[in-house]
Amino acid sequence: MATTMGQAINAALMDAMEADPKVLMFGEDVGQLGGVFRVTDGLQAKFGDKRCFDTPLAESGIMGTAIGLAMYGWRPIAEMQFDGFSYPAFEQIVSHLAKMPNRSRGTVKLPVTVRIPYGGGIGAVEHHSESPEAYWAHTAGLKVMTPGTPEDGYSMMREAIRSDDPVIFLEPKRRYWMKSDADLPIETEPAHKAVVRREGTDVTLIAYGPMVRTAMETAEAAEDEGISVEVLDLRSLSPLDTPTMIECLKRTGRAIVIHEAAMTLGMGAEVATRLQERAFYHLEAPVLRVTGFDTPYPPAKLEEFWLPDVDRILDAIERSLSY
Amino acid sequence: MNSNVSEAIALLPPNEPVHLLDPDGTYHEDPEHPLDLDEAQLRELYRLMVVTRKVDREAINLQRQGQLGVYASCMGQEAAQVASAYALKTEDWIFPSYRELGAALVRNVDAVGLLQLYRGTWLSDHNPYEHNFALMAIPIGTQALHATGFAMGARFDDNPLVSMVYFGDGGTSEGDPHEAMTFAGVFKSPVVFFVQNNQYAISVPLDRQTAAPTLAHKAIGYGIPGYRCDGNDVLATYAVTRRAVERARSGEGPAFIEALTYRMEAHTTSDDPTRYRTQEELDEAAKTDPIARMRNFLTQRDLYDDALENEIEQQAKDTATTVRAGIYDAPHGDPMELFDHVYVDPTGYFEGQRELLAAELEGGDA
Repeated sequence: MATTMGQAINAALMDAMEADPKVLMFGEDVGQLGGVFRVTDGLQAKFGDKRCFDTPLAESGIMGTAIGLAMYGWRPIAEMQFDGFSYPAFEQIVSHLAKMPNRSRGTVKLPVTVRIPYGGGIGAVEHHSESPEAYWAHTAGLKVMTPGTPEDGYSMMREAIRSDDPVIFLEPKRRYWMKSDADLPIETEPAHKAVVRREGTDVTLIAYGPMVRTAMETAEAAEDEGISVEVLDLRSLSPLDTPTMIECLKRTGRAIVIHEAAMTLGMGAEVATRLQERAFYHLEAPVLRVTGFDTPYPPAKLEEFWLPDVDRILDAIERSLSY
Repeated sequence: MNSNVSEAIALLPPNEPVHLLDPDGTYHEDPEHPLDLDEAQLRELYRLMVVTRKVDREAINLQRQGQLGVYASCMGQEAAQVASAYALKTEDWIFPSYRELGAALVRNVDAVGLLQLYRGTWLSDHNPYEHNFALMAIPIGTQALHATGFAMGARFDDNPLVSMVYFGDGGTSEGDPHEAMTFAGVFKSPVVFFVQNNQYAISVPLDRQTAAPTLAHKAIGYGIPGYRCDGNDVLATYAVTRRAVERARSGEGPAFIEALTYRMEAHTTSDDPTRYRTQEELDEAAKTDPIARMRNFLTQRDLYDDALENEIEQQAKDTATTVRAGIYDAPHGDPMELFDHVYVDPTGYFEGQRELLAAELEGGDA
């Protein structure tokens, strides 16, 4: 039976809580309701309201208490209901979650998973479609993961919960309904490894999270035009798998980074820099970026003009090949 | 009367802060706050305050001599800190801000380790799990949530411990303590919010922090009782805290204590308080000194004599000397340690950066 990414993440939470009685799941509306996207559906019914519970509507409170719970010895999974509402928790994440293990010389471990549905494409109202990944990836002490497939939704979530380091787990909300026939449980590659989703020889599309599927669709469209496109799914944004990115570049000589987040100082800037620093002579063309514009995320009726799509990526492929 | 209103009234702080000791040492009995300390404990409270003041002074001196980058003194707040920490059991947890030397010394946290943060050799150097004393928190009020989460965690685990968080009058304006009180109230967490109202947030006086009648009134909005005590009165602070702590331990939920005190020193050694307060004000505050008051009380009870004075003075001096030597001898941080504790599993991080620094340290080309 087909499983969606949302169901796969739900299954991972279920299995992790079954496997480790120290795992707690909490946030806004995650209990009785099962989450606004139903990703925590059934957890409270199965594990009771001590292990899966609703909190007051206060994101800094959710994050700060998660830190205290982890200090005590629990293994908290905290949900920020939407990307745009993770910002009240910014100080707790950046000043404490990311730094406390280092400040304590490793005596304090904070095995906290922060789940954040992120990105656009679902016609949501303002503040519900943000791509804040660069903030987290820029912060030393955090690991940042984002699945691009249902299989990774399961496996990477299990890995995030097992991790003794804090993990920001970004769930591409427009792909919650993306289906797979894979059987769960499933174990994919470790999260710090980028994975080639499609082999190709002319150009490499480097994508993550919601843009992996868009990149795959672009590769198919390009094939019709006789262009062989490789798709690399980064999966982990911190750390970044530089060696695999370089291997890809060595094969195709051309790379295009794709993300929904705005261009300036986004993940694409980092990827492009690493490639030119370490594989300069393998570049047949400049590393290009296809991203959201440097504007606030648009209102729903305009998001199709903002989000990178197959056509915009095909244009970039054409530009890359023209060098 | 509407029952919600009467519930709220029950949470209100008393009209006057609890006060048991006059500055001249006169003790006032209060049946609600009986003196359940034996002679040895009374002396111990005094000893801890004297040692705190001595080490605090030593830290200021060390900063003046360039051994510490900066230091935030707790002078004047010894009673508030020592008494409140002393009211806890050793299994209870303390979540300090950055000014809690007195509370740390109650927990036998090595002051040399604590001062590493101010020396700049590392960011802390004590294991919180050895002392049940969390790392100092500099971002104001943020630790209130850690204390609350910790207390929630203890309760989930049926562990009867209490956590206590220290913050100041300025901290009551930040958001996190309010979110912490919301959570603590809802989850009935065994956490005590201990506010040292030392009248100033750097230079900004209390009346610029709040229009509330008192800080303790803030608590009732969260369904938490607000208590007030004379924070320069070690016995009153102990009695009020003890009651709040045991109430929390018994499952009745969190409490908020406003201890009225005064910051005798500058905010930190980088601050110039002459720009915002007068000598007259300081002289007035000095009259309420917590240590002199307790010494007067002990003397009146025949619990204090020259022998005890000499013993405590000597001990305070020895501790300060040890701290001094420890700071002077403390090695500067190992630059390579910068990479050691950022991640439990650092796979994939610091590509080339560790090597770059190592090469620089060896004086070679990177």
